[in-house]
Amino acid sequence: MSTPTDYALEARGLTKSFGGFHAVKDVNLKVRRGAIHALIGPNGAGKTTCFNLLTKTLTPTSGQVLLDGQDITGLRSAQVARLGLVRSFQISATFPHLTCLENIRVALQSSQGTAFRFWRSLGSIKALNEPARALLAQVGLAGQEDTLATELSYGKKRALEIATTLALDPKVMLLDEPTAGMGHEDIAPITDLIRAVSAGRTILIVEHNLSVVSSLCERITVLQHGEVLTEGTYDEVSNDPEVITAYMGGVDDE
Amino acid sequence: MTRYALFALFAVLAVLAPFQIYPILLMTILCFVVFASSFNLLLGYAGLLCFGHAMFFGTAAYLSGWMLKHTALSIELCFILAALAMAALGWLVGLISARRGGIQFAMITLAISQFVYFLLLRAPFTGGEDGLQRIPRSALFGVFDVSSNVALYFVVLVFSVLAIALFYRIVHSPFGEVLRAIRDNEDRVESLGFQPERFKILALTLSAGLAGLAGAMKAAVFQIATLHDLSFHVSGTIIFMTLLGGLGTMTGPMVGAALIVLLNDELAQFGEWALIIQGTVFLAVILFFRKGVVGEIKARFWKPAKS
Ligand SMILES: Nc1ncnc2c1ncn2[C@@H]1O[C@H](COP(=O)(O)OP(=O)(O)OP(=O)(O)O)[C@@H](O)[C@H]1O
Ligand SMILES: [Mg+2]
Repeated sequence: MSTPTDYALEARGLTKSFGGFHAVKDVNLKVRRGAIHALIGPNGAGKTTCFNLLTKTLTPTSGQVLLDGQDITGLRSAQVARLGLVRSFQISATFPHLTCLENIRVALQSSQGTAFRFWRSLGSIKALNEPARALLAQVGLAGQEDTLATELSYGKKRALEIATTLALDPKVMLLDEPTAGMGHEDIAPITDLIRAVSAGRTILIVEHNLSVVSSLCERITVLQHGEVLTEGTYDEVSNDPEVITAYMGGVDDE
Repeated sequence: MTRYALFALFAVLAVLAPFQIYPILLMTILCFVVFASSFNLLLGYAGLLCFGHAMFFGTAAYLSGWMLKHTALSIELCFILAALAMAALGWLVGLISARRGGIQFAMITLAISQFVYFLLLRAPFTGGEDGLQRIPRSALFGVFDVSSNVALYFVVLVFSVLAIALFYRIVHSPFGEVLRAIRDNEDRVESLGFQPERFKILALTLSAGLAGLAGAMKAAVFQIATLHDLSFHVSGTIIFMTLLGGLGTMTGPMVGAALIVLLNDELAQFGEWALIIQGTVFLAVILFFRKGVVGEIKARFWKPAKS
């Protein structure tokens, strides 16, 4: 029997209804500390809604969220982020009209207490430039410091987004379809990047590309119609007849 | 350095200008340059469309006008106090509206400005439909006589330069960086551990203070403050100036403000035709200068050279 704090992130009976419709229904989820855990399921299964509930972007109708055993259900999303639970978005979420360096620096300012200083020059936070450059280099964006985010290729935007998330040095990262819409040539580097940054962190990832899932994740939770269908290792899950039917029922791309 | 050369040139021109050009016209330009910059801070750098921005301009005109007329305060204090009062009003408006974005924010600010309009219409000290008339130009620091147009011009010039410097600093500050990030993607900023509405409230406070300074100066320049200063017409004009010059550039809205003031001055002789000509200009800008005058010039002739 494991202690509750073996789990970095836990959802208990998480439910969200929009009107009468249950987008997420009684989801119980435990993400082991240090693991890369996948959340998969057909389109509309409620994966993104789950993320929104975990990070308090949405308020759950009922249920609890625990970070390191601490109940964070009552907190605001900004507070959740400061506690070390940081998410990325399904649609690429950079700051398009800021340079790459500025994108990262904004995130770095989050822990600095400088963000309200309207009377100081940017020179006052130049100590953040070095860590920002290092983060850019870590995701393969060295030399792009002054490029506007909007000018980056799709794959590089996702890399920038991961670097921005990393700037908060999160304990738990939630990645919503980090490889969605990417060509083959971009998928392998992002997969490697996620593996590299997972050291010392816990990652929960929504991913449709099953080869990415199988290569990264030790544990997989399958969601369908807002409910947990099953949970297990890749082999267990992929041979589960229920999962196969769920995917056959809800096929489109992958 | 070309930058310093430009500053020097500007300084020389600014000092010589009132001896060549009618000072009232120059001061009008300066007031609207500051006013447009305050609006630009919100729309261009925070992504907030304030439909009632004239409430800060017009209320400050009344406040500064009233203080100049009925108190012994020196002129610079009247300007500063009116600006601070508007910063407080901006903070209040921010508290009410900052959780909303987009068109909701625009409508709330419009509604509040209508409310303020009504309050001032009924207030005992505003002179009702007539407004405040014959506002005196009190002495600077209580000593220097600035009742002449040229003398007042230099007061207005100094305040305007300081206001633009503050605007520049805000935009290029740690706060300004987060503000621009909020403009680009508010949800993302929140997910990084910030509370965007607090930044928006501060932006509105600062912007309202700058708009207030513009209005306060305007009251001393024209020696009159009326309800027109806080009408929707003025709110609309400032939007027009900003878009004409080019959103998202620092200088665009300033240029837009100067162009419109000059245009109105030229058009005054055409009476009602002025509106039609203005409308035509607006249409032409929308069709041919999508990024505004300055934005378009930058896009065509400036090579993207960033630090
Ligand atoms: N704000 C909302 N209001 C109403 N219904 C919503 C809302 N957000 C999501 N839903 C519904 O909840 C269900 C789950 O949506 P969600 O985005 O969580 O699915 P998903 O598993 O992330 O799908 P995808 O793989 O397409 O990203 C969908 O049927 C969606 O239409
Ligand atoms: Mg989704």
